[in-house]
Amino acid sequence: MSRLAVPKTYKLYVGGKFIRSESGRVYEVATTKGSFSVSSVNAAKASRKDARDAVVAARAAVSGWSGTTGYNRGQVLYRIAEILDGRRAQFAEEIAAFEGVSVSTATAQVDEAIDLWVWYAGWADKYVQVAGNGNAVSGPFFNLSVPEPTGVVAVIAPQGAGVPGSLLGFVRAVAPVLVSGNTAVVIPSERAPLAALSLGEVFATSDVPAGVVNILSGSPAEIAPWLAAHADVNALDLLGAGELEWVDLQIAAADTLKRVLPPEQGPDAGAPSLDRITFFTETKTVWHTKGLL
Amino acid sequence: MTMETTRAGTTVAPASRALDVIGGDLTERSLRRYLEGIPGVDAVGLEARAAALGTRSIKTTSKAWALDTIIRLTDLTTLEGADTPGKVRSLVAKAMVPDPDDMSTPRVAAVCVYGDMVPHAVEALGSAHDDGAPGRINVAAVATAFPSGRASRSVKLSDTSDAVAAGADEIDMVIDRGAFLSGRYGQVFDEIVAVKEACKRPDGTYAHLKVILETGELNTYDNVRRASWLGILAGGDFIKTSTGKVTPAATLPVTLSMLEVVRDWHRLTGEKIGVKPAGGIRASKDAIKYLVTVAETVGEEWLQPDLFRFGASSLLNDVLLQRQKLTSGRYSGPAYVTID
Repeated sequence: MSRLAVPKTYKLYVGGKFIRSESGRVYEVATTKGSFSVSSVNAAKASRKDARDAVVAARAAVSGWSGTTGYNRGQVLYRIAEILDGRRAQFAEEIAAFEGVSVSTATAQVDEAIDLWVWYAGWADKYVQVAGNGNAVSGPFFNLSVPEPTGVVAVIAPQGAGVPGSLLGFVRAVAPVLVSGNTAVVIPSERAPLAALSLGEVFATSDVPAGVVNILSGSPAEIAPWLAAHADVNALDLLGAGELEWVDLQIAAADTLKRVLPPEQGPDAGAPSLDRITFFTETKTVWHTKGLL
Repeated sequence: MTMETTRAGTTVAPASRALDVIGGDLTERSLRRYLEGIPGVDAVGLEARAAALGTRSIKTTSKAWALDTIIRLTDLTTLEGADTPGKVRSLVAKAMVPDPDDMSTPRVAAVCVYGDMVPHAVEALGSAHDDGAPGRINVAAVATAFPSGRASRSVKLSDTSDAVAAGADEIDMVIDRGAFLSGRYGQVFDEIVAVKEACKRPDGTYAHLKVILETGELNTYDNVRRASWLGILAGGDFIKTSTGKVTPAATLPVTLSMLEVVRDWHRLTGEKIGVKPAGGIRASKDAIKYLVTVAETVGEEWLQPDLFRFGASSLLNDVLLQRQKLTSGRYSGPAYVTID
């Protein structure tokens, strides 16, 4: 006798909790290969009010997350890699079924995502030394410039199910935002959101404080304008917004002086770089008198 | 027991409302018989009714009206041990111009401070405190050893008369919950009557008296209903839920039960008593539920500063954020309102 499948309810991840959309909406995400236990699953479809709630959760998490030491943040980001590594098979299976790639290709994507967490984790206690500076000034002062996190960052993760892949694209967009102590509200790939939603379970079990990452599956065209115009969002990463009216998003963001990163296409979209970390920081310069003996 | 019987015959202060309703023989015994004869509250029904009233969807123009009404009904409050004249001045500035980016924002009804801060509030308000000034803002003072009420009668009365002499328009007094819970209704009654008398100004007018029941300490809805009657019979102009220093503070069911008493009193005597939920109302959404409850229980005519108030400090900021959202079409953030 065959066993009944127990399909998972893919829910939003907001404020450290897995919630349904306040609108009650879901949308169908279909597999492209028959190897998965079911042929399609329903993912929660976030509304503008979910986006509003996610920003509140992200704002509440800023002081705690940015207040931890860089060393500590690095440990937490490394922990994400550890937990993700323990669940490689699950992620490979989800990616293979919903992106229509072979299991070995999917596994390679998971491995790259894990390695990327480790790479960005290493930067957490080092980027300040690289991006900060002791400035020479003409006077008896120490003059130090240090980068500080900008706050809440709205992220539109790469949307295509192909390159760089739904999981890797998500990690490329989110990891650099977190390194400096920002919190994120992320819209994952609309067509293939499952890897991102499952990654929420990894965040929830790897010491990432509640609200630091908030994941809103659904339509970016519907939610992104609300996030772009939201006065309590400090920066906007349009990495995966190439197919949207992203110039409008940029204009909406300008109203409240947000930092905006433009969309990127192709396999190198969001390729790991120090610039992606420092873009979401503000430079603070401190003057301090030199002691006179 | 002997003490109980001795006291039962004691006459209590001859407040006119109580004389009219209970009758000429106003004693501890007749007061107790009257209060304990009030039917009990159906707690489940009350909570279900409050929950049902909280489900109304108030949108667009109705919401805009509701938000402005909430501001107009707010007693902007600061009741901290750390209050300073400077803090009171900035509170008053916010009361007069809640949102400097939008001058169409109405003013709040009153500022609510400790008695010793009344002169600073009056001075900072200036002409906005004058009788008949457009958008006049009242000064409310908490008195009678707020928030515990644990002091001698004479201290409570001088606390009250000091605040009135300093220019307070409204006095928020606390009842003696210890006496109420031990059944000494006459003592609570006499105290309210005495405080009401201490609200008298030299010209014969009275400062408005709000009677704080501190419902969080009264434990049952029956007690809330009884205390509401007691406060009204003794001469209170307003009945107020809480000091804000005890959890739970104002809740929708408790406010609903007080509104029902006010409605019954209006039916009985034609007199209108005000209600002030205070403490714990931080979101516009919650405040709108109170507006709905007021309109559905006692009628829309109660939605004016003389008959309904919110005692709140952080509520105003949330209302301003919602207002900004309605005006601009985008979500606003805490960086766009003052830090109080």
